[in-house]
Amino acid sequence: MSQRNPAASSMSAGLFEGSTRTVRSLADEEIAISVENLDLYYGDTQALKSVSMKIPKQRVTAFIGPSGCGKSTLLRCFNRMNDLVDGCRIEGAINLHGANIYDRKTDVAELRRQVGMVFQKPNPFPKSIYENVAYGLRLQGVNNKRVLDEVVERSIKAVGLWDEVKDRLQSNAFGLSGGQQQRLVIARAIAIEPEVILLDEPTSALDPISTAKIEELIEELKEKYTILIVTHNMQQAARVSDYTAYMYLGELIEYADTMHLFTNPREKATEDYITGRYG
Amino acid sequence: MESKRLAGHYSHRYDSELEEVVNRVLAMGGLVESQLTRAIQSFLDADTAVAHEVIDTDTRVNSFEVAIDERCVEILARRQPAALDLRLVVAVIKTITDLERIGDLAEGIARMAVRLADGERPRKQLFRDIDTMGRRVTTMVHDALDAFARMDPAAALDVVRQDFAIDADHEAIMRQNATFMMEDPRNITRMLDVTYAARALERVGDHARNMCEYTIYLVKGRDVRHIDLAEMEVVVKGETAS
Repeated sequence: MSQRNPAASSMSAGLFEGSTRTVRSLADEEIAISVENLDLYYGDTQALKSVSMKIPKQRVTAFIGPSGCGKSTLLRCFNRMNDLVDGCRIEGAINLHGANIYDRKTDVAELRRQVGMVFQKPNPFPKSIYENVAYGLRLQGVNNKRVLDEVVERSIKAVGLWDEVKDRLQSNAFGLSGGQQQRLVIARAIAIEPEVILLDEPTSALDPISTAKIEELIEELKEKYTILIVTHNMQQAARVSDYTAYMYLGELIEYADTMHLFTNPREKATEDYITGRYG
Repeated sequence: MESKRLAGHYSHRYDSELEEVVNRVLAMGGLVESQLTRAIQSFLDADTAVAHEVIDTDTRVNSFEVAIDERCVEILARRQPAALDLRLVVAVIKTITDLERIGDLAEGIARMAVRLADGERPRKQLFRDIDTMGRRVTTMVHDALDAFARMDPAAALDVVRQDFAIDADHEAIMRQNATFMMEDPRNITRMLDVTYAARALERVGDHARNMCEYTIYLVKGRDVRHIDLAEMEVVVKGETAS
């Protein structure tokens, strides 16, 4: 009776504006990206509806929701991948380092260096393992072999692939297994030292062991990078992320720390989705 | 159980798994409740036959506990429950531990009944007090199970409030026993048995209270253990978890 239970008393939070209940104080989280009233249209269809959220630095933020809810669309906004889609129109802002990435002055190539992306299906280039990882640096004009060797080794080691490929760095990357290819692609992404890594269902084409390796890698990568992951696998979101955003029909329905969202969601729609009920 | 809130999964099998677990908890609860009632009865009436029945029932209660735990582990492994479903499984695992303890305490009271049955009976007054306390505690257990079945946190909170009366009963019986023991030291052995029964009933009240705290957790999503009643009231009145 005398001992107070900290989880039972309510605390204020700075991160989830509009959320009335959060388990721990999040005011101290440093913000990497802030999204402000983001609307996105594909022609006449509105795919994102006034999404606003703050994404904390060096944490893993997961996006979940049924197909077509807008989670991948939102993810693609963070490095302006949607620019490539015909008829796509965006209103609102995404701020990285205090500057709106949708500003006309933004250098999109530089943005994509800062914000790397990994897709559902591993997409190594039809080149050697070494050249896949060195590619980004070469694009930047780095040709010093010593520098390249060093970065390639460091990046491949960072994704835990070094022992598996060190004797065949010059072989074609297509010779690797799916899981190895996915880790290679992540090595390629981190070789150019981005700040943010976007993962779009990075393990949905992988077997459970490769999936576990990627999840372990995500845990390690968040020490240096801010990670955003879209996943259809709710248990994966629960395992790897610090924060989870649930989206439905283009709206951000609930955004909370992962532990809270999966044990005690605020919205019935979230509860129905994560427990497998029809709403 | 307010099964509507638990149902509605795309998997109907999952619905029935949860419902089955809840039904088993209620069946176990019913058994423990009757075990407790009969234990108190055997104590008051010096009925050794009933007391032995109570003692024998304990193995059934134990097997309920083991079987329900097993089902819960299976649901955790197969379904990876979340939110309300997860809180239900956690609440059930904890509830049955308390129910099993209540069963053990009822068994203990029945054993005291057997010991007290032969020889001189303690004073009537004391039995009246045990009777009153026993009724209160049995009601508490019944209401705690009912609150769980209806997923009703307000009803659960009422049971928590009843626990204060039980503690007061216990206190009073203890004081009276001490007086009787001082009056005549020959009473001491028997009085200790009565003291044991009162203590057991007080513990039953605590377990019923625990069960109610799990029900509040189940519905409200907030852990209300180790907080005072006023804070608990705030949680119960507050916004319900979805």
